[in-house]
Amino acid sequence: MGVQTGKNLIEVEGLKKYFNVGKGKVLKAVDNLNFYIREGETLGMVGESGCGKSTAGRTILRLYEPTAGSVRFNGTDIYKLSPGKMKAMRRDMQMIFQDPYASLNPRFTVSDIIGEALDIHNMAGSKGERKKRIEELLDLVGLNTDHATRYPHEFSGGQRQRIGIARALAVNPKFIICDEPISALDVSIQAQVVNLLQELQERLGLTYLFIAHDLSMVKHISDRVAVMYLGKMVELATSEELYSNPVHPYTKSLLSAIPVPDPEVESQRKRILMTAEGGGPIRSADEQTEDTAMVEVSPGHWVATPY
Amino acid sequence: MANENKANKQPLPTLSAADFAPVDINQHESEVIKRESLTAWRDTWERLRSNKIAMGGLVVLVLIVIGAIIGPLIAQWVHGYNYKSNDLSATNQPPSSLHWFGTDDLGRDMFVRTWMGARISLIIGLAAALIDLLIGVIYGGIMGYFGGRVDTIMNKFSEILYAIPYLLVTILLLVVLKPSLGTIILALTITGWINMSWIVRGEIMKLKNREYVLASRSMGAGTGRLLFRHLLPNASGPIIVTLTLSVPNAIFAESFLSFLGLGVQAPISSLGSMVENALTGWMFFPWRMLFPALLISIIMLAFNLLGDGLRDALDPSLKNK
Amino acid sequence: MARYITTKFLYTLLSLFILITATFFLMKAIPGDPFMSEKEVPAPIRARLEAQYGLDKPEIVQYVNYLGNILQGDLGISMKKLNQEVSHIIGQTFGVSLRLGLIAVVVSTIIGVALGLLAALYHRKMIDSVVMVLAVLGIAVPSFVLASLIQYLFGLKLHWFPITGLKDVLGYVLPVAALSAQPIAFIARLTRSSMLEVLHADYIKTAKAKGLKWPAILWKHVIRNGILPVVTYVGPMTANVITGSVVIERIFGIGGIGKVYVDSITNRDYTMIMGITLFYGIILMFARFVTDIVYVLVDPRIKLTSSKEG
Repeated sequence: MGVQTGKNLIEVEGLKKYFNVGKGKVLKAVDNLNFYIREGETLGMVGESGCGKSTAGRTILRLYEPTAGSVRFNGTDIYKLSPGKMKAMRRDMQMIFQDPYASLNPRFTVSDIIGEALDIHNMAGSKGERKKRIEELLDLVGLNTDHATRYPHEFSGGQRQRIGIARALAVNPKFIICDEPISALDVSIQAQVVNLLQELQERLGLTYLFIAHDLSMVKHISDRVAVMYLGKMVELATSEELYSNPVHPYTKSLLSAIPVPDPEVESQRKRILMTAEGGGPIRSADEQTEDTAMVEVSPGHWVATPY
Repeated sequence: MANENKANKQPLPTLSAADFAPVDINQHESEVIKRESLTAWRDTWERLRSNKIAMGGLVVLVLIVIGAIIGPLIAQWVHGYNYKSNDLSATNQPPSSLHWFGTDDLGRDMFVRTWMGARISLIIGLAAALIDLLIGVIYGGIMGYFGGRVDTIMNKFSEILYAIPYLLVTILLLVVLKPSLGTIILALTITGWINMSWIVRGEIMKLKNREYVLASRSMGAGTGRLLFRHLLPNASGPIIVTLTLSVPNAIFAESFLSFLGLGVQAPISSLGSMVENALTGWMFFPWRMLFPALLISIIMLAFNLLGDGLRDALDPSLKNK
Repeated sequence: MARYITTKFLYTLLSLFILITATFFLMKAIPGDPFMSEKEVPAPIRARLEAQYGLDKPEIVQYVNYLGNILQGDLGISMKKLNQEVSHIIGQTFGVSLRLGLIAVVVSTIIGVALGLLAALYHRKMIDSVVMVLAVLGIAVPSFVLASLIQYLFGLKLHWFPITGLKDVLGYVLPVAALSAQPIAFIARLTRSSMLEVLHADYIKTAKAKGLKWPAILWKHVIRNGILPVVTYVGPMTANVITGSVVIERIFGIGGIGKVYVDSITNRDYTMIMGITLFYGIILMFARFVTDIVYVLVDPRIKLTSSKEG
């Protein structure tokens, strides 16, 4: 976990992203998110697939235009930036994607992939400089620098994910959203990638939003963890607090699903099942979903009410 | 269940630390990639090259293009006549050493005229296909890239246009416009681009949500870079196949128009108009029909074989379909 | 479903309307007027002719009249065969073409499906290769080339069939063969690939595993599912047969609507050209409309978006 300065790098306020699904219905993929991330911190974001966590990540980076709300980076609301300013802002905010097979253009070489950002932002003065920078980045993520001229399909999943990380690092970002960066990888490779991410955070002073559905890995890497359910945040606390003292029934249910690596304890483990009330996130456009308020149950431990 | 568990709990053979030795792994060496580096294009080319039938089609096409370029020149050089020179004392001659493919009803040399016809037919086919490509990529690209309401409206428009039969529109246009090389190509492309635009639209829609496109956007890439560096290159496979198969379609359509008297007009001729011209009395002068008919069939065949082979090479999972 | 059919139908009508409008304005765009090609026509006669054809009225009135006439099935009067109504000539000649076309459609479907099925069942065997070669040839060789070839070979040289006309049953053989070649090739390819897909599907293995006899599997599972894509070809096949018939009627000297079409284009008989074009357009668009509907009806996998609600 990184070096924290106590300054808020990211502040998300009232963020909403609705998708039109036709016939006057909208999918409230992200519904009123409020949180901040301190500089150097890792905020974990967990929830089952389809709960809107990836959409939240993409909206925070303005890959999707938000329906409402604001995201401030170092105090600047990025949704108010002009296209030119936004382009410059993208150097500070980057993303590592989930599927290392889909996230690399199959027609690009490794150096094209990593160098693309350098070209977009004119960060390499000459060809030699560009090549040097790419080799530096490959080295940083633990890849063989001879592989710069290779194509993505020649690499393993773990290696591809390293290429994806090098691409994100090319512009010297301060904040990186890791969108389930390990869920598509073999278990044996997952730890390597997570360790690399932690190492890079310490060396480069990065701030992470780490999205995952695997709670044990999130606990390991995160300072604080946010739990999302049907587009809303239901609980937010430090990792220790959340795991030892969950309050929201959904959090309890999620935690109860983690297998325990001890057969005696595991055989005693009881799943807590939760039934979804009030239907899914698809609503008619004008329907008001009840606004949930976050209540601080103990210092730094927030829970959505009612629960 | 409990019994099974007990049965499985057999004592493990005792092992001591001495039984284990570290395996020497050189991390660096294990990551060396031995396979020769192949781009997507090289991969496709290798697969295409191993397909004998498709390569046959390609070779034949290359030969025909060469023939269309130098065939008339050879005859001019050897015998000193061009496609217009007629010898009314030597009409409807069978093939001979002077006229390799015989002569037509006006005593014009069929060898020169057949290759000239091939040249015109190929020009029509290629030009129509390229214009379809240009319009189709722009129109389909806009539909696919922007999506939403723009796509709905543009797509409905193309659907309505597409429902009007292609050849009828072409015929109507050529009845009004005077048939010439230009107007024929124009008439052939007036609705011919729609199919290409749908192919491009489908591909772009599929690709634009790929994570590598999002990654490029997250780095600040603009529309131009996304389209020309990411989307279109990755959509090029189906585009090339469609392009290859639309060339023979245009050549066939032109030959059909020739049958209606709406093909290219004398003195220039396409393969189609030569066949049409040979129709009267060809029972007595079969060579007048034979050579252009043979050549047009070979061209169509070669394009179809090459197109099928390209489709297989670009997407090996479609093989044998 | 009703909504889907209605929407499709409205779109078809819209396309037809565009075609009608196009024919009208293209006719107006023809340089000169319809009587130019005749010998010098004296002014009073010309005026009377123009009045007779309604050409003295403003264009918008002419257009509305044109639309009204078409709705009543009146396609105007031939400009070259005086006092002959276009619709009357179509009615007289269409029967011949229709009979020829229908025979070709039936023949192509039966032979095409049979060949495709054979190729799929004997996948990668001799029969498969032969069928595929024939299919590629059928698609590549233009119908006029094939028609001339078989006319020369079986008509002129071997005297097996008459060279021209549809005078008896034998007279149908060559034109139908020439007309069916391309549809047969397409149908055989379509059938083969879809049958192959079905034959490799898990439910065929299941059927085999549960002990169903092979003929029963073939009929109940393979053919029923494999034949679906052929339905999509109904529209294109109609177009194929119509364009084919224009050429084939000319080569075999058959007095059908295709021959009238060619003649009218040669003579620049504009009302006739527009009338037959519209007539062909209606048939083709209707065929496509039917294809769309039938395809949705036979393939339960295609769920219409509107059916979600009801």
